[in-house]
Amino acid sequence: MFKHRKSVPTAAISIALLAQGAIAAEEQFFPVLSYRVGPYGANGQSFFGGFVDYLTYVNLKENGVNGVKIVWEECETEYNNAKGIECYERLKDKAKVSTGPIHTMSTGVAYALIDKSKEDKIPLAMMGYGRTDAVDGSVFPYAFPLVTTYQMQASAILRFIKERGKGGLEGKKIVYLYHDSAYGKEPIVALQEEAKLNKFELTLIPVAHPGNEQGAQWLKIRQENPDYVVFWGWGVMNQTALKAAQKVGFSRDKMIGSWWAGSEEDTVPAGDAAKGYMAATWNVAGKDVPLIADIEKVVYGAGKGNLQDTSKIGTILYNRGVSAAVLSVEATRKAQEKYGKGKPVNGEQVRWAMENLDITDARLKEIGATNLLPQIKTSCTDHEGSGKVKIQQWDGAKWIPVSGWIEGNKGLIHPLFQASAKQYATEKGIAPRDCSKEK
Amino acid sequence: MQFFMEVLIGGLLSGVMYALVALGFVLIYKASGVFNFAQGAMVYLAALSVVGCMEKGAPLWLAIILAFAIMTLFGIATEKFVLRKLVNQPPIALFMATIGLAFFIEGLAPMVFGSAPRALDLGIVDEPIPAILDAWGIVISKFDLVAAGVAALLVTTLALFFQYTRIGRALRAVADDHQAALSIGIPLQHIWAIVWGIAGFVALVAGLMWGARNGVQFALTFTALKALPVLIIGGFTSVPGAIVGGLLIGASEKLAEIYLPPVMQSLFGGNFGGIEGWFPYVLALFFLLVRPEGLFGEKHIDRV
Amino acid sequence: MIYREAGQFKTSYAADQQLFPIRQDRIGILILLAVVFLAIPGIASEYWFSAILIPFLIFSLAALGLNILTGYAGQLSLGSAAFMAVGAYAAYNFQLRIDGIPILISFGFAGLTAAGVGILFGLPSLWIKGFYLAVATLAAQFFIVWCLTKFPWFSNYSSSGVISAQKVVILGHEFASPREKYLLVLSIVAVMALAAKNMVRSSTGRAWMAVRDMDVAAAVIGIRLMPTKLLAFAVSSFYCGVAGALYAFCYLGSVEPDGFSLDMSFRILFMIIIGGVGSILGSFLGAAFILLLPIFLDITLPWAAGLLGLPFSNATVSHIQILLFGTLIMFFLIVEPHGLARLWQIGKEKLRLWPFPH
Repeated sequence: MFKHRKSVPTAAISIALLAQGAIAAEEQFFPVLSYRVGPYGANGQSFFGGFVDYLTYVNLKENGVNGVKIVWEECETEYNNAKGIECYERLKDKAKVSTGPIHTMSTGVAYALIDKSKEDKIPLAMMGYGRTDAVDGSVFPYAFPLVTTYQMQASAILRFIKERGKGGLEGKKIVYLYHDSAYGKEPIVALQEEAKLNKFELTLIPVAHPGNEQGAQWLKIRQENPDYVVFWGWGVMNQTALKAAQKVGFSRDKMIGSWWAGSEEDTVPAGDAAKGYMAATWNVAGKDVPLIADIEKVVYGAGKGNLQDTSKIGTILYNRGVSAAVLSVEATRKAQEKYGKGKPVNGEQVRWAMENLDITDARLKEIGATNLLPQIKTSCTDHEGSGKVKIQQWDGAKWIPVSGWIEGNKGLIHPLFQASAKQYATEKGIAPRDCSKEK
Repeated sequence: MQFFMEVLIGGLLSGVMYALVALGFVLIYKASGVFNFAQGAMVYLAALSVVGCMEKGAPLWLAIILAFAIMTLFGIATEKFVLRKLVNQPPIALFMATIGLAFFIEGLAPMVFGSAPRALDLGIVDEPIPAILDAWGIVISKFDLVAAGVAALLVTTLALFFQYTRIGRALRAVADDHQAALSIGIPLQHIWAIVWGIAGFVALVAGLMWGARNGVQFALTFTALKALPVLIIGGFTSVPGAIVGGLLIGASEKLAEIYLPPVMQSLFGGNFGGIEGWFPYVLALFFLLVRPEGLFGEKHIDRV
Repeated sequence: MIYREAGQFKTSYAADQQLFPIRQDRIGILILLAVVFLAIPGIASEYWFSAILIPFLIFSLAALGLNILTGYAGQLSLGSAAFMAVGAYAAYNFQLRIDGIPILISFGFAGLTAAGVGILFGLPSLWIKGFYLAVATLAAQFFIVWCLTKFPWFSNYSSSGVISAQKVVILGHEFASPREKYLLVLSIVAVMALAAKNMVRSSTGRAWMAVRDMDVAAAVIGIRLMPTKLLAFAVSSFYCGVAGALYAFCYLGSVEPDGFSLDMSFRILFMIIIGGVGSILGSFLGAAFILLLPIFLDITLPWAAGLLGLPFSNATVSHIQILLFGTLIMFFLIVEPHGLARLWQIGKEKLRLWPFPH
């Protein structure tokens, strides 16, 4: 019996020892707050598999970033805020000398790290999740909702509907079916603004967590008979919605999901019910992207792949993980250009780089990531850098893009971010930076 | 009115799915007085076993048999290694032990069979039946009817089993009075093992139905949470109670989800949907006020 | 030998009634307080403060709250996390809406708010008990979280429903660094733990235990069940509420209602099962165990796997963690229903005689 009590001090000692493990001076450290178990473990496995595979790829292919080897340490967060903080604190010391941006793929963990990461000078990347008003870099210097945000996505989806229907949105009926949490609630303001502007009728229907029962909601949708359902689901809610839509006979090709409701993990378990369903994404699926094919060849050829289940290579979330890693590595590359090529860069330097990213199609082509993700150009006032999504459709076996890159209505949405960031600044007593003085 | 009927019928049919899970609780509670919180995790384990075996190349029927074997073994092991050691402990300790058991399964099952969500295709389409849709304009899916049929079949089988087989009678004797059953020579521990085996079978049926509907994944464990209010309403010890309770919860929560939020909206403003999480519990609470033993439960109950 | 109370004679009632009647205990507690207040702030690293010590203290407080209700008054609750949520949101709103209110007062009010809600959801305990009550507290868990999500007033109309805790300023001094936050949390927890220790041996505490052991008998000897049970709910919720406020203000910094999930309630329940039901010390031991075990496994399992050449992925490690949690719960319930605290007691008994057991 006493053994169990002894494990406590032993744990203490081992933590103390491991926390000291230093990063060699010529290596670039990446803290990886991943999750591969729990209710959303399946999603995390693909995403972080892709993320880590790309880091391995850069090491194998080019011997690191300009010769600086990338090293990383993973810590399992289980999509749990408290565990996320613990992981962050555990990896923080190692990230002092050199660090890439932190990805959490969890809005809750990202929120909890907003203030801490600023104090510790570790940039926080929230690609397609997290605190969206961090687009305003004057209030949030260390937080980057890179590529695009929920609000811009919602706006882009509406633009897609508008262009597809040819008749505009006026008088149309759109139902917004959402996961009743921070994730699902963020786009509501944007949708309401759009509804005012484009004069369509918007009905909001929330689904209680976890969302494995949606009978009532879909009967209501059947009664409303909307032109489109814009759908913000996560985890089990996605399959359930597709199945429930089939059950009430609502046509799936009038259902457009968010990018967290549009991966193979969502459609495959729904079987035939998912056919025709559309979803937004900021990265495309498939192995025909040269980079993804090359990763499979180089990394898995060398037996260093991160995924046990290699069938996940080329899925939406895997490719999203690769995209996230591409941007992170590009940011360290950019930082090296300014602060010294061939040297590791620290969080402050990477932060500068992330605020001055300029990834053109030409650069994407060099990496082999043509069309994997949109072009990105960030600045102090725009931590998002793109705001573009593609709409893709599930054909029963794979995701097929059905549109080009669509940009949300920046003029309408970005002022919302600025207003919200301003409120945050006053609540917290933060003096915003003057962006015109940033270079 | 037509819409009301549609919601009502939809609710009743989804109530059948809750009842399937609640049945497992009732069986174990009746025979051993254990409130088995792990029933939801057992549903997950059963569905995962089926899918896991199919991935290894077994056809559906074989996978179901294998899963049944796994569930039975698991039930017997639970009885032998956990519950037998907790005899004479207060019921609340047994309850907490089953919470531990639920965590055990939630760790073990995905470790063995993988955690990716997967589809389970039983070959029944979950689409509205055109004939009914045309005639009355009401959506009823074939899958729901099959589920209702399965539930009916399951209840009938269980009833016959309890009524006419030797083991069934022994089970009922144990449920009535442990001491008396022991004194006439019924081997209590065998009976408990058998009950856990049967509960495993019920979990398998529930797992097949839920898995086919929503995909096989971790969220199946949440099904237990919907079954608890069903039990309060139906009574902890009654098989028909589980069915009726399930129907009641299913229908009332769907009706509430449709008709309550607009009322609240007019009272407080704002958007109030998504009440399915707590509504069954609050309903069950009110039920406790009026009829603490549930609709069909036995009269003696922990009352203050 | 070392731990022996022989020769310690009490000459007054005051001496007989003090909180720690045995001299060794008093010395032990003083040493412990000196270590945690003086030594630890000097040596612990930032990781220790923010990732281990602060959450440990906060969860100890929550476990203490649940232990008062479940361990002492015998009412099982599965809604502790919801009462923490009430505390967190209440503290946030008091800070936000009342100008210049001192933060400690906010924390106190947050506890009182949680206590009020606790009494409300404790009402069913007057006519039901056992699992029935457990299910009723589940209603609290789901309903409270839903309310906090649905009424935007609680989160000051933030579009995401997430609240971001204000700065912790006491008498013009800002508690910003993890060390200062640790000291603040520690002081609050120490005071409240001693208060609890005192309470459970008072007439209130004894009434709770009487109700727990047999409510009918308790009623017969003149304990009024209703106020006793409701008081247990109120005090328990007060502790959970303060823990929730500290969780938001001194630990996470920003919280959303969904964060206070059923899973967290279970975790707190596990703490008291493993630590010891009906023991103040047990709440602390249990919280330490539940918080440290995953971190310990996180670090040692991959290392052990590497040593044995097993192909352990991160996923496997986490699955093993959950599995181990479950196993430990069952193990403790079977082998040592009184938890780690009981082991401590056995140790004390041994120390009494050691090194001359005969």
